[in-house]
Amino acid sequence: MKIGFRLNGAETTVDVTPMARLLDVLREDLRLTGSKEGCGEGECGACTVLIDGKAVNSCLVPVVQVRGASVKTVEGLAEDGRLHPVQQAFIDHGGAQCGICTPGFVVAAAELLERDPNPDAVTIREALAGNLCRCTGYQKIVDSVARTLASAEEAGR
Amino acid sequence: MMTSQAPVHTPASIAEALSLRAAHPEAWLLAGGTDIMVYLEAHAIDPPGFIDLWQVADLRGIDAGADHIRIGACTDYTAIIDDADCQKHLPTLVEAARTVGARQIQNRGTIGGNIANASPAGDTMPVLLALDAIVELQSEKRGLRSVPLADFYTGYKRTVMAADELIAFVRIPKPSAADRLHFRKVGTRMAQSISKVVLGGRLRFDGDTVSEARLGWGSVAATPVRSTIAEQMLVGKPLSAQSISDAVAALAGDITPIDDVRSTADYRKSVARRILRSWLETLAG
Repeated sequence: MKIGFRLNGAETTVDVTPMARLLDVLREDLRLTGSKEGCGEGECGACTVLIDGKAVNSCLVPVVQVRGASVKTVEGLAEDGRLHPVQQAFIDHGGAQCGICTPGFVVAAAELLERDPNPDAVTIREALAGNLCRCTGYQKIVDSVARTLASAEEAGR
Repeated sequence: MMTSQAPVHTPASIAEALSLRAAHPEAWLLAGGTDIMVYLEAHAIDPPGFIDLWQVADLRGIDAGADHIRIGACTDYTAIIDDADCQKHLPTLVEAARTVGARQIQNRGTIGGNIANASPAGDTMPVLLALDAIVELQSEKRGLRSVPLADFYTGYKRTVMAADELIAFVRIPKPSAADRLHFRKVGTRMAQSISKVVLGGRLRFDGDTVSEARLGWGSVAATPVRSTIAEQMLVGKPLSAQSISDAVAALAGDITPIDDVRSTADYRKSVARRILRSWLETLAG
């Protein structure tokens, strides 16, 4: 089945099985391997992407459902060669260790910051509750998201 | 990973969806996919086809009427959480919606999908039972029919839905000012975890007297259930130490929990008694 959607700002058409997981289409057909597979059942958030601005687990979305939608992956967060502020904050504040969960966290955090540019720790923890990290203990991740706005202002972004 | 090769029908309107449903009764209805995609990945199901309702705009949205709030079956949980009418009139539904998975699931999971999936552990079902929610089923031949959620489930993962029907709307009577509402979920953590026990409660008071009692439960029986024997212990009298103890004791006749991967029957019975007592004692003051 031919399915057309916007991917990181560009019109894209794929010819795939309609029930294929969006995650597999992104990674295998479109070679965007930033979105990771952790659990494959919507528990870990490593495959988080934005569909029409909303964070979703791409392992739970059949590709047929993105017809006409706008999909943004971690590869699409940076603009004009400049990292998204939350990506820069993860670097500045040690929000990543092994890195496998990081794309999912960064995308989920980007959705949150779009709704609430200066969230408190409780809001951040709730927004990121669907993402699992086995390295950091989460504090550095929460700190990174909390300091995104401040870091961006400091850097004049 | 083995992808389902089944054909997917993609209606754009309710009428088109109903006609596809009549023509392909063997096909599964697909809404947000948060349950179906997990079952597919685990090879637990192998449907011969799907009817994808995700892009049927008329199945989405929340309408507040004078007496009811009507929610389209494909309305996602984030839409419910963010809706001003739901926040005002159905605070326990909003509270329950916030415990469904986490943000990524709430952005995709739908109220109608959860009702149809018929899991005994659905977080919002106990609240919907307590609110006397009505499921509006629609078919091409017979149009709309209303079934109280309390009569919707006939057994584990079984419902009264006919092969040519779909859930179109959920209609929820607005609670009155005399209602006291409650939601309590017990699980291993706030987010993501599937519940061990869920309670949705609504007591209506006429002065000091309890005039109506609804206790909806999750994960304590083969389906979401009301504890009608316990409810009866509370009605027609003021809340008292005696009526609370009677209701808590009566629960044993209402619920039939099992041992499974998430908990044990004994733990569930004990927790159910305690969370009911805790709420009723708070209400009694």
